Amino acid sequence: MTSDASPAVGGLARDAASGPTAYLLGLADDALVYAQRLGEWMTRAPQIEEDVALGNIGLDLLGQARALLTRVGELEGAGRDEDDLAYLRDEREFRNVHLVERPRGDFGQEMARMLWFSSYQHALYSALTDSADDVLAAVAAKALKEVDYHRDHASHWVIRLGDGTEVSHDRMQAGLEAVAPYVAELGDDDAASVAADKDGVGILPSSLVEATRRHVEAVVGQATLQLPEQPRWRSRGGREGIHSEAMGYLLAEMQHIHRSHPGATW
Amino acid sequence: MSDNWPLWEVFVRAKRGLAHVHSGSLHAPDAEMALRNARDVYTRRQEGVSIWVIRSEDITASSPDERDSFFDPAGDKVYRHASFYDIPEDVEYL
Repeated sequence: MTSDASPAVGGLARDAASGPTAYLLGLADDALVYAQRLGEWMTRAPQIEEDVALGNIGLDLLGQARALLTRVGELEGAGRDEDDLAYLRDEREFRNVHLVERPRGDFGQEMARMLWFSSYQHALYSALTDSADDVLAAVAAKALKEVDYHRDHASHWVIRLGDGTEVSHDRMQAGLEAVAPYVAELGDDDAASVAADKDGVGILPSSLVEATRRHVEAVVGQATLQLPEQPRWRSRGGREGIHSEAMGYLLAEMQHIHRSHPGATW
Repeated sequence: MSDNWPLWEVFVRAKRGLAHVHSGSLHAPDAEMALRNARDVYTRRQEGVSIWVIRSEDITASSPDERDSFFDPAGDKVYRHASFYDIPEDVEYL
């Protein structure tokens, strides 16, 4: 990311570190990184049908990331396209939350993560359909239908596993515990979000916490599970580019082909 | 897990007005999940607007062994087709 002020496009762009591009990068990177993690489930899900389901959800997220990264490129006006932004930024320039970069756990953990993340994205995109940025509003309207399904998928599995056998109940509860330290970060108001909220482009993450939690709570209750207490340690700083050890490995896998063969097409 | 999931038959309606047509089968733990799996497996390229799923074991099918007695007797009954009428020229849509 350049440190220079970007030329204005549509009256929106300004300082790259706090303006709408930084906010949009946060949304885009959440989707991109989680798409990468979901892709890892190919051939590893409990059933081939679930392989396809997780693959579809990952591809939905990848589509969201592409549209958002393209918009970032337009707004910053530095000639970067979606591929430049996805493959040529380094770890500290990624603005995704820690939740999506966590290494793949078991299926219960994945459904716990998906339940939280899709519930958050549902609240987020519902609000962003009114964004002052027309492109973002259109992306949000399209993505909302997709996320509605992701949330439905995760909800059904959490309920089935939680209210299933003793083993599935315990493993689903363990999944909720495993992702618990990474949930609060979804509601952190970083500088870029505050600025985007003020401009009417974005929405304060803290204002999405209640709606997000309400859905998760309802599902967890129906699943006869317990929502974990707020853990003593919680993740922070993903939106400022502070990531965990897992992130470097993820980026290496995601980016190495593009970096090894610049400009290659098929 | 895969041993326990029953098999489901999937029927997809391509668009309004058409009938549901058998698309294939899949495994799922229950009907709701079968519907969702069917959505992901059989309609991801916009193949349909409506899906039915039914447990494969709930379908009673005619046996290939019975083919002769079931279907062959109809072979020489051409009079069962409504093809022996002269259609007046001014009747449209017939």
